[in-house]
Parts: sequence; structure tokens; C-alpha cells
Amino acid sequence: MYHKDTIAAIATPVGEGGIGIVRVSGVGAGGIASRIFRARGSGGLESHRFYYGEIVDPGSGLVLDEAMVVVMLAPRSYTREDVLEIQCHGGYLVVRKVLELVLSQGARLADPGEFTKRAFLNGRIDLLQAEAVIELIRSKTETALSLAQHQREGFLSNRINAVRDGIFKSLALIEAYIDFPEDDILLPDNDEIKSSVRGSFERIEELLEGFREGRVIREGVSVLIAGKPNVGKSSLLNTLLREKRAIVTSVPGTTRDIIEEVVNIKGLPVTLLDTAGIRETEDEVEQEGMRLTLEKIPLADIVLVVVDGSKPFDDEDRLIMDAVSGCTVILVLNKSDLQRVVQLPDDLSDLKVVSISARDGEGIDELREAIFSMFVREGIIEGRDYTVLTQVRHRDALAKAKVHIASFLDGFGRGVGLEFSALDLRDALGALGEITGETTPDSILDEIFSRFCIGK
Amino acid sequence: MVIYDKQYDIIVVGAGHAGCEAALAGARMGCATLLLSINLDAIALMSCNPAIGGLAKGHLVREIDALGGEMGKNIDETGIQFRTLNTRKGPAVRASRAQADKQLYRLRMKRVLENQENLSMKQGEVTALYVEEGVVLGVDTRVGVRFMGKTVILTTGTFLRGLIHVGLTSYAGGRAGDLPADSLSASLIAQGFDVGRLKTGTPARLDGRTIDFSKLEIQHGDDPPVPFSFSTGKIVRQQLPCHIAYTNQRTHDIIRANLDRSPLYGGLIEGVGPRYCPSIEDKVVRFPDKERHQTFLEPEGLDTVEIYPSGLSTSLPIDVQYAMYRSIEGLESVEVMRPAYAIEYDYVDPIQIRSSLETKLVRNLFHAGQINGTSGYEEAAAQGILAGINAALRTKGRDPLILGRGEAYIGVLIDDLVTLGTREPYRMFTSRAEFRLLLREDNADLRLREKGYEVGLVGEEEYARFREKRNMIAEEMNRIRGKRLIPSETERSFLEEFGLADLHNGISYEQLLRRNEFTYHELMRIDGQSACLPAEVREQVEIQVKYQGYIKRQLDQIERSSKLENSRIPEDFDYVTLAGLSSEVREKLLRFRPGTLGQASRIQGVTPAAVSILAIAIRAGRAR
Repeated sequence: MYHKDTIAAIATPVGEGGIGIVRVSGVGAGGIASRIFRARGSGGLESHRFYYGEIVDPGSGLVLDEAMVVVMLAPRSYTREDVLEIQCHGGYLVVRKVLELVLSQGARLADPGEFTKRAFLNGRIDLLQAEAVIELIRSKTETALSLAQHQREGFLSNRINAVRDGIFKSLALIEAYIDFPEDDILLPDNDEIKSSVRGSFERIEELLEGFREGRVIREGVSVLIAGKPNVGKSSLLNTLLREKRAIVTSVPGTTRDIIEEVVNIKGLPVTLLDTAGIRETEDEVEQEGMRLTLEKIPLADIVLVVVDGSKPFDDEDRLIMDAVSGCTVILVLNKSDLQRVVQLPDDLSDLKVVSISARDGEGIDELREAIFSMFVREGIIEGRDYTVLTQVRHRDALAKAKVHIASFLDGFGRGVGLEFSALDLRDALGALGEITGETTPDSILDEIFSRFCIGK
Repeated sequence: MVIYDKQYDIIVVGAGHAGCEAALAGARMGCATLLLSINLDAIALMSCNPAIGGLAKGHLVREIDALGGEMGKNIDETGIQFRTLNTRKGPAVRASRAQADKQLYRLRMKRVLENQENLSMKQGEVTALYVEEGVVLGVDTRVGVRFMGKTVILTTGTFLRGLIHVGLTSYAGGRAGDLPADSLSASLIAQGFDVGRLKTGTPARLDGRTIDFSKLEIQHGDDPPVPFSFSTGKIVRQQLPCHIAYTNQRTHDIIRANLDRSPLYGGLIEGVGPRYCPSIEDKVVRFPDKERHQTFLEPEGLDTVEIYPSGLSTSLPIDVQYAMYRSIEGLESVEVMRPAYAIEYDYVDPIQIRSSLETKLVRNLFHAGQINGTSGYEEAAAQGILAGINAALRTKGRDPLILGRGEAYIGVLIDDLVTLGTREPYRMFTSRAEFRLLLREDNADLRLREKGYEVGLVGEEEYARFREKRNMIAEEMNRIRGKRLIPSETERSFLEEFGLADLHNGISYEQLLRRNEFTYHELMRIDGQSACLPAEVREQVEIQVKYQGYIKRQLDQIERSSKLENSRIPEDFDYVTLAGLSSEVREKLLRFRPGTLGQASRIQGVTPAAVSILAIAIRAGRAR
């Protein structure tokens, strides 16, 4: 086979849809399937057969979604490699989570058109079809071109260049010091380099944060309401929904016993999920509801844990807190119209706490503000451009650059050799190059020769 | 034209640093080899500074040596000051540099050539290539002899239409004191080669008896001196120091006042000079704020008073040279023995050669050294040995030896030339090597000895010694993985010294060596066995352990790029009818005709999308 690595991507268009497909191709596809898919009532996965079951994160054991899965072993597949296709519930968040899980299992994100490219390179498509592939790849570059034109007015190139500059200049200083030991070039000023690279690091974080916020603003977030029975979860949902203008749409729950409603909070589309209460019980129907709730918890962007403020914090409340550990949590103390009795344990003192009365609407605005500010730092600022960084590919490139810069700042701070620090900066430039175009060794030398008087 | 009655396998034109390595490699690989030089007294002459090595250049010398070349051995026998540069930085960017006794260097190389079986040397100026139907068959000389050869290697240095400038005076010459080669360029142009013009320069040679060294800073070499060659045991020759002097404002004023008499600023010189090796007038003009420029005063040999002032090359008129050198403290009454000069010469655009150094236009013709637009003895020698190897392989009907960018600086050098071309004299820097952490001086033998042995340049004895070293490294790596430091069996004070007092279960020697402050020096205190190892084995193991993470990262990068690097593009590939390429990219590809997809991706202006299209078309062609 032509390739050693395994690639993955979302095969269906981004956005709301009935079904989302994650496609995986390469030698690792079968292994990934066996690790993350739990088929209902059958043994191993036979090639070219559909199986129904669940996508499970092998790390946490948590169920991400129910899904239909098919494995197509090489060479009888689109790419002539082992291919895994996961059909899960549509909707960006679920599909994205499944993709992230697949990537965490050793696959890498496919380049645009890469499945088709592999299909060709592995001899799956004939010459005639190859023409079509060339068209496809060419259309990619045209897309890139129109994007580039679009960005002329936008900020991305400028922003990335600002990031690149700090790294590039620092690299030139370091390279000059390495390559010209006899040209009385002084040891570069560490603080200057550090602050310049740190500046690049912060700019990247800013861009990534903008990406996250932009995504949240465009695609919304999910907020799950959890709590033991009869603490007022449903009345909280109703209170949040009561302002009729806020209701954007009402989507039937994808799962029977969980109610999903979409509301608009300060312009942010928020999917509210009301769940069955969680407690110790022998009742089978109630157990099934709780199981569904527990499965949904890790999929939510935020969990509102509702506690009855008029009663002591008890073991059942504790059970819920344990179930949501690792999630972003807002603790909602309901029934503020009654005498406050609850005493929160010390280990919960770091949590964001909001007191409300679901019955008369007190504290609801504060809760809405709390939800909003969890996702958007300073509020949706008028005129602020959340579309600077929108492409996942760009985000991935920046995230890669960020890792290398972090490694640089760590190593440089500890005083590892400058040639190692230089490698980090080069790799960071390489990652940025996926967005802006490559930085060649020649351009680094140009910078050195323009800054330093070299020559023995 | 007299046709010489002997047929050669390889004819090498030029006996500089490239020509010598090429001729030796060819002859040692069993080919009947002829070395032609304009002046047989100027073999391996150091036309500029009397030194070998430096950053990235020392790396090249080590690689040449590992392949079985002569440069390292030659400098080891004739060097008069050895220094390791960047000792306070990591192993990848440490490099060796040595001052040579210029005459001894040349004489020893000549002796080696003269004693080499299969190798003849003749004096003669080559005036034309003898080419029929795109294949070189021999060369013609000024005195009317045609030598027939299966392959020809051109190493013309600065001799092609060489033009020397001292102030506004200029005259034809291949080097001060030598004739130029004035006819060969026309022969190359007739074959379709793009011939361009480059410029370089050299400082004056000063009379050491007229320098007041007591006013200057002294710089000694390392003691003991560390040799270049993996085959040299010990440097035994007498060693000399260098001295450091500085220009001053008065020097700069003299230069500024006379710029109108400089051929460079007067527009007389059309060739492009190197930015990393500018003349002193260039430095003063480009960096007006710099108060002084440093110069190393390098001795030209043990038996001469001539001194080479590095960094002070100039093409200013001779009277300005006198005043300029004498304005420097310590040089107040210095006598100039040979004037500084600039020289212009022809080179052939290196995008017209392949990675094997064979030209694309004429079969069996190879170019090496300054003709390819490079500068430096080491860069020249590196190409020379590869050209010699590949010419010899051609006569044997074998595939050429091509070194990858992840294997050797030589690979980086040649790949840069053929994919980027060059507009100024090209010099190697470590920053040009993206796999720098792997391409170290210390492991040049591990990278290249095997290849040198395979082509027949490394002798059995040297190879056996190398294998023993490689085995010892592998065994020691195994040993330190298995062997552990047991806290209960180790002295308390030792544990405390290295913060190991809380250790319960022991720790492997490998893990110990990975720690920042822990080297074999420390390990030997508790482990008698490691003291028995040769120093170079300990060094290798230590580097491989300490920098394992970075080394692995670079190996992964090579692995990722290998797919593109190993995808050959057919020589007759049809770019014209290939759909999907922009006209700019198409023009580039037609001009460069890259050998692999990796090379295509490095040509400036060739986009990743274009490379994908190429990849697909190549697969399609192969499937057909």
C-alpha cells in the first residue's frame, strides 16, 4: 500500500443534518473501529456489513452516540485501503466529537481531497477518472484563491504575518549566532527574543479563542440541565423558555426521554437539554432515563447542576456532582424564594454559583449572563470580527504552531541548546506556512545579512 | 588537432579542491583518469584564505572524509592551528576549523595525486569540449591535443574568462599570477548552457615582519588539536597562533573617500559577489554605524612571513590599500606583499545539472565547484568527490550516488543548487539544513562510511575500524539500557550530589545519562566499564541518549518527507499537456525539470496543489 498513516474526516457537509458520517482510511481503520465501537449483540466486525451500536470513548468509557458502522477491508473500498465509516447523529457537535475521538486514536485529519487522492494513488480510479480528480484538486486551489481574495479585506493574513514576524526575527537572531561564531556577533538578547516569541504565542491564543467564539456564535452550544428529581429542573427549563421571543426553534429530542429546546441567549444559540433526574433507584424505567442522562453529560458544552437551596446538600446531590466531574459546570441554587438552608461542601467553592427562583424568575438574567460569559469572553463586541479564523485547517495549523512555540518557550527558558530552540521555531514557521506560504532558509539568511555584518 | 593515443575513463579539467577530489575518487574506483591543469605548480592551491573548515564547512570536510576523500587527511597533515568552533553550543553546530600551511597543503596533495594508481596529470588549458550528438567524447587543449574520455568533469574555479580588478585597473587572469581559460565558455554556450557572471575577492597578503604583534590580541588553537579525518590518529605538526586586529574610524574614512575609485561602486564589475563575504568597502557602506570591523591575521605557513588578514578583502586601488591597511593599530608600517583584488568569472546555472552533477544538456559531462556557482574549498571538494564517484559509476554502468537532504550536507548543497539555482556565490550554512540536528560532524562516519565503502573509496582496514566502532556503540547502547544504578549499592554522597537520594527502585544508566548535568564523566565514577570505551564511542552514545527526543523528531520529519523524495519524475515528463498547472508553475517545471516530487516541491513558486497534480499524473503514467 502507498500510505502508512491513517486519515479521517467528516464526510458530510457541516451543519444540521439527519446523519453525519465520519470516514477513516488507512491501516489503522480496523483497529480504531474495534476500540471505539461497541456493536449491539454481535462479535467482531465483518467487512462490508453494517452494524448498529455505540461509539464509546475507550479512555473514559463514556458513550458519545449511537451509530451505524461499516468496515470495508482493503482492497474492496473507495481508497483501496481499510476504510471505516461511522454514521452518527447529524449536528456539528456530535460529528465533531466522534471525529476528535477517531483522531485521538491515531488517525490524522485528512487534507482536502485526500481520500480521492489515495483512491487514485492506490490504483482504485482509472485514468479517465483521474482527470476528474485533477479538476477536483484544481477547484480546491481556486477555492483557496477566492478565499485569499476575500482575506485581502479581512485580517487573517495580517494577523498570521504578525505572528510569523515575531518568530522569524527571533529565529534569524538565533541562526546568526549559531552560524557565525567568528563574526563577533553577540549572544542574542534572551529577553527580547522571549518577549517577541511570547507575543506571537499570545496572538495565536487570541486567534484560537476567536475561532472558538466564532464557532460558538455560528453554531451554538449545548447546555444540559441535571439534578436529582424534584429540584426544579423542568421549571428552570420552562422559565428559560418562557420569554417567547427567545424561542428560535423547537427540535424534537433525538432521544426519547431527553427534551431538547433551542433558545437565544444574547444572540448565542443555546440548545437546552432537560434530563431525567439522577438518583439511586430500583425502578427500571427510571434507570434507563438516568443512563441516557449520563451518556449525554460529556457531550454538553456546559452542565447546569440544579440543587434545591431550601434543603441540605445530600448524598444524591453528591452523586450528580461526581457524574459531572470534568465538565464545565454552573451550580444553580433553586428556590431562592424559600429560606436558604443548603450549605455547599468546601470542594465545590470554586464553582460558579447562581441563585435563582425558577418559579418567579428571580436570578434568571444572572444565569443567562453566566452561561453566555462561559463561552464568550467579553461579550459579542460590535464590529469585532469572529470570521478571522473560520477554517478548521487554519485552526489546526495554528494549534500546531502553538505547540511548537510552547516547546520553544519552555526549552529556551531552561537553556537547552539554541539549535534545539531553533528547531522549535522552524517547526512553528512550518505550521504557519500551511496558511501563509513557506518561510525558506534563504529568507532567514536574507534577514541575517541585512542585520549583521557578516564576513571573514 | 592531435588525437592523443590513450582513451581515458574520466577527464578532470582543473586541479583545485574539486578537481583533486574528483580525480582521486575516479582513479581509486579503478578508472583510467586524466587530470588537466593550467599550472601543475598550483594544484590544490588555497587562492584565498589559508584555512579549511568552519561552521557547516567543517561538516562537509568530515563527510568528504567519511566517503573516502582526501581533504580531511590533507589538512590534518599540513594544518598549523586547529580549533573547534561553538564548543559551548550543542554537538550539531560544533565545527572544526584549521589554518593550513598553504605550500605544504598544495605539495602534499600533489604528492598524493602523483602516487595514485590509474591517475595521470598533464599541464594544459582546455579550450573546448568535444561533443557529438549530445554526448561528450573528450576535450581539446590550447596546444592542439584532443584527449578522448568516456566522461568529463569540469572544475573550472575562477578561471572561465577570469578578470582581475585592482582599483580601476583590470586584466585577464584565472587567479593572481595565473592565466585565465578564455575559450571554454564559448564552447559551453554553444552547447546551450546559460553562462552567468559571479565575483569574489581576496585581501592583500601582508609582510609579517612589518606587523607589531605586541599590540594585537593573540589567539591560540586548541590543545590538543582535534583532527578532521576519522583516519588520523594525532596532529603532530608545530602549531602557530593567529592575531586579532580591528579597523577604526580612520580606516572607514579612507575607504569612504575613495569609493569613486572602486570598480564595484564605479560599475565596472558586473558579477554578483557573496553577501556573507563582502569586501571591506561593502561592509563600511552597508553598515555605516559599525565602529570597527574585526580581522583575524592568519599565518600563511611555517616557512613564510606572509600574513592573510581575513575579512579585509578589497578591490580598491593599490595606494588606498596601503593607506587602509596601515590605518589599523599594529599595522602602522605594514608592507603589502601581494595586493588585494576582486575577480570576476563565468559560472553555469546549476539548474542545468542533475543531482548526480551530470549536466542535463550533455551526457557524461559533470560540473563541480565554482562552475556551479558555489564558493569555498569545502563546497568545491564536496561536489568534486561526488562528481568523481558518479563519473566512475557511469563508466561502470551503475546508478549514481545521490545523497539525501537528511543524510548529508553534501546532499543539501547539491539539492539546493539544482532546485533553487543561485544568484550569488553559494556558501553552506547550518541553517540551510532542515535536518541539522542529525547532520553532525561527530556522526559523519555513521552516516556515510558505508556508502564510501560500497562505491570502493573506503579501504578494508578503515572500514573494519568503522564497523568496530559502530558495533561498540550499539553494544554500549544496549548495556546502559539494561544496567541500573541500585540505590542500596551506591554511595550516599553520590546519590545526594545528583538529587537521587529519594530513589527507591533504581534507575538505568540510560536514564541517568539523559539527565541534564549527567555525562559519562559522572557515570565513570560509579561504572568502571564505561571508562574502558574509546572516547568517540562514549561521545556518540551520550549524544544519542541526550538528544534522543530531538533526533527522533527529525527522523520522523525525514520519514514524512520520504514519500515525495522517493517519487521520481520521468526525465521526459510532459509538462506541456498536463492539465491543471498554472502557466507560471508550468514554466518553472519546464525550466528546472526536477528529478523527484520532493525537488519539485522546493522550487520557488511551485504550489502544493501543483505537486499533487504531478503526483497523480506520475502514478497514472506508471499505471499505463
